[in-house]
Amino acid sequence: MRRIADWLEHRTGIESAVRSFLYEEIPASSNWRQVFGSVAVFLFLTQVFTGILLSFNYAPTPGDAYNSVRYIVAELTGGRLIRGLHHWGASMLIVVVVLHMVQVFLYGAYKKPREATWMVGVVLLLLTLAYGLTGYLLPWDNRAYWGTVVTTQIAGKAPLLGPYVSRLLGSGGEIGVVTFARFYALHVLLLPPATLLLIGAHIYLVRKHGVAPLPGDEALPRKKFFPGQVFRDTVAIFIAFAILFTLAVAARVPLERIADPTDTSYIPRPEWYFLFLFQTLKWFEGPLEVVGAVVLPGLAVAALILVPFIDRGRAVRVTRRTAAFTAVTLAGVTWTGLTVAAVATTPKPVTPVQIDFSEPTDWMHLSPEELAGIGYFRGEACATCHNLVEGKAKVGPDLALAAPRKSAAEMIAHFQNPAQVVPGTAMPAVQLTGPQLNALAAFLLKLTPRNAAALQAAPEFAVTGAMVYQANRCGACHQVNGMGMRIGPPLNGLARRRDAAWVEQHFREPQKLSPGTIMPPYRFTPAEMKALSAYLFTLPE
Amino acid sequence: MPVENRRTFLLGAIYGLWGLIAAALGIPASVYLLLPPKARQDDEWVEAGDIAALKPGEPAEIVFRRNRRDGWKITSQKSTVWVVKTGQRDVAAYAPQCTHLGCAYHWDDRRREFLCPCHSSSFGLDGRVLSGPAPRPLDRYEVRVENNKLLLGRVRQSGGGGA
Repeated sequence: MRRIADWLEHRTGIESAVRSFLYEEIPASSNWRQVFGSVAVFLFLTQVFTGILLSFNYAPTPGDAYNSVRYIVAELTGGRLIRGLHHWGASMLIVVVVLHMVQVFLYGAYKKPREATWMVGVVLLLLTLAYGLTGYLLPWDNRAYWGTVVTTQIAGKAPLLGPYVSRLLGSGGEIGVVTFARFYALHVLLLPPATLLLIGAHIYLVRKHGVAPLPGDEALPRKKFFPGQVFRDTVAIFIAFAILFTLAVAARVPLERIADPTDTSYIPRPEWYFLFLFQTLKWFEGPLEVVGAVVLPGLAVAALILVPFIDRGRAVRVTRRTAAFTAVTLAGVTWTGLTVAAVATTPKPVTPVQIDFSEPTDWMHLSPEELAGIGYFRGEACATCHNLVEGKAKVGPDLALAAPRKSAAEMIAHFQNPAQVVPGTAMPAVQLTGPQLNALAAFLLKLTPRNAAALQAAPEFAVTGAMVYQANRCGACHQVNGMGMRIGPPLNGLARRRDAAWVEQHFREPQKLSPGTIMPPYRFTPAEMKALSAYLFTLPE
Repeated sequence: MPVENRRTFLLGAIYGLWGLIAAALGIPASVYLLLPPKARQDDEWVEAGDIAALKPGEPAEIVFRRNRRDGWKITSQKSTVWVVKTGQRDVAAYAPQCTHLGCAYHWDDRRREFLCPCHSSSFGLDGRVLSGPAPRPLDRYEVRVENNKLLLGRVRQSGGGGA
């Protein structure tokens, strides 16, 4: 072992390189406050790692992109976790990079001779934001699409350069395959090497000038980086990682509907860290638009880069840096205010429930009768004795395999009087009304071994909604998924036409909203109303 | 001594915490890359064509389309199968790849054997290896015949046993 190490050291000098890196001398005041840089590097490398893993199963073209992300989270073991790590890692990276910057700013660690370190840092912050912008598009769901529409439009607003930037991003007015290719290339081919290079330069500069000392450090003996500071960095990295991992497991990253340029009901919002910019945009109208979109952000970035040249005073104790504290507080308050305003003014979405499209959505294409059948199947606890497909052996037969061989009439006779149809069966009679039995049979007829698990995943609100729909015989006038009468308007695509408040009021007072309609008023319980309108709004087009 | 203890503790914590992080990233990554996808079941039986005109002992290549689940896509794919009538109602359907290294073999009518052009494996009408490096008989599709229509299921690998 020793001989191999000696050989390596002699031929490459790696051991002494590591040694000189670890045993670098740092000021006596070095402390927990210096951990943010290491955490940022760690989070960046984690993003590289999870990003590469995602790219192993990702197709960077519209349409396929969406399907491959769905494949990753729904069909690959651990795929949802990896996507979660990448998604939340991006947010955490921004938080940590900003904390790092605030710490350096408050302590005035950018002062001579560390101006270049600071400026490289500002560029790294911008790169981090650029990942967010370009990565947003890649899942190609509605959120991705509309977020990018706004981004490219803003880029197009830049004075003089606007049209060129817009062309560079591949969005000559519209978003399509070219935009997608550009964003993907930026996100995975251009930005990562650029970031690695600049991180290298940043760390090189930190090492060259040494960690910034505090006033008074000169008199104290210097410490070694290893193991004390490495321990602090490790603990901080571990805490950050634990938070990231918890978020990735506990906070599901939904996949929305596939990108739909015609969806006028969609309310686009950027990631949380861009909300303040988004809110700023709202306040500059007409010809002033360019001020909010380009001029103000541009000035802010310029001011950040020039910080070491604006503040050229001698280094003083951090407690005396009132101006710096005031600046950070002001920036913090402004940012929070803008973000809160942006959140507060976001209209409630038309669809009251959010559907995770990475789950099977086969249930959406069932008729209301079949979907209600799932409700009766659950309500009658059929699953205590039956599997839908193969599973642990139960008393009754597996339904997806057995049911399709019977007719609805046979099944209903069997439900009502099991022993008469199958002598000797232990199955108790099902206590449902005629229409409910029809629904149950309709669902069972729809079952195949292929769709059983997907149908079983139908969300509770939709099933309840369909049961309310059936119980009130809505299908006598309306059509859903091609089933029912066409006396009233078909209900598919309702989300495009109306919002939840309108629909709920229309149930209570149809005459008021649609004078002359033959639809009678309905008195639903709040729970029924909620389930029914949520169900109607999730109907596919 | 307390200095030594402190150093030991710090080193232990550093290695321990990095070990945990490596495991928490490494295990999901390996599982993600190595386990097969939890795909939904595919349609079991595909109709390959009419076999009324087949003569016993005369292999025929039948071309049919079959849906294949390919990652995040389902593609309709042209597939072929070599069909041999073995009895009044029985047929054998061989997957079209040589069991050696996957080349497409053909029926050599003169020598009355399936011949692989790559490494000269040859197979009999019953799929058994007659000569060459092929390690096992031809793989067979699961077969069902309904009204002279040939239905194909999954491909079953033949168990070992050469010429």
